[in-house]
Amino acid sequence: MNIYDIVFYLFAAITLASAFVVVTARNIIYSAFSLLFTFFGIAGLYVLLGADFIAVVQLMVYVGGILVLILFGVMLTNKITSVQIKTGTLQVIPAILGTALMAGVLIKIFTGTNWHSQMAQYPTKTTAYALGHILLTDYVLIFELLGILLLIALIGAATIARKEEKAS
Amino acid sequence: MLTEFGKIFIFLLLAIFFVIVAVLFSKFIRPARPTKEKLLTYECGENPEGSPWIKFNIRFYVVALIFLIFDVEVVLLFPWALSYKEFGLPGFLVGAIFLIVLGLGMAYEWRKGDLEWARPVIQPPVLKKQTYSKDGILVSEEKAKESSAVLQDQV
Repeated sequence: MNIYDIVFYLFAAITLASAFVVVTARNIIYSAFSLLFTFFGIAGLYVLLGADFIAVVQLMVYVGGILVLILFGVMLTNKITSVQIKTGTLQVIPAILGTALMAGVLIKIFTGTNWHSQMAQYPTKTTAYALGHILLTDYVLIFELLGILLLIALIGAATIARKEEKAS
Repeated sequence: MLTEFGKIFIFLLLAIFFVIVAVLFSKFIRPARPTKEKLLTYECGENPEGSPWIKFNIRFYVVALIFLIFDVEVVLLFPWALSYKEFGLPGFLVGAIFLIVLGLGMAYEWRKGDLEWARPVIQPPVLKKQTYSKDGILVSEEKAKESSAVLQDQV
């Protein structure tokens, strides 16, 4: 068991433990904050896979952006003082059925995949060069469409938020 | 071989270790005599009042949404910025079109006033001109622009 494995199990443990807290925490704020550690652990796993750019993106977008949105979503909820912001345990049997199905599919995928279980080759250059290269050759159209997609998201988000503001 | 991320990881471990040692060490050597006042939530010396669960202004959410979208835009521009020089002018134009499309979105938000912050409405105090008779009884009271102008001159 080398240092690589130790670091991998550390990050995997952080991810799993905090994901467990996300699901089981009764208070939604605790869930949101332990989601921070889940995202962080996943970023660490990306680093160990040699995907340095994806790891930094994970930190930037998920930790820096999506988590902020989730926290704001909690904080912006109307009349949060009167609402019981704690989740109860409901619908046990359908939940067990659903998760069992999901687990079955995941186990099938895990066992059926041909895993490349070798240590990641660290490129001397960052993988962002290669990503930029394919963005400008094979995926130029996708790159521009992503710009339009982001534009639609921007306008849509602003419009929905504006309506809510007028309604309140 | 230690990669750059390995250095960051060692840095993180050191930071966590430093915090744990500092907190534990001070916990062992400090006197602990809690009183009711000491255990209150600190609110600038005042007694805490009301619930901390207040509804935030929706403006924060709009700004966070706009931030997230431009965050994703920056993520996509990073690989482009690293490798567009290989492709010369066409490579530059690809990124320029991408930026112009998102610039349109920015212009839209700006024009629609989504970036404007709801400012508090300032109501200037209205000065009333008061006229008194000789024995000090209030005779008339009228809003006067002159008096406020005079006051401003004096200030």
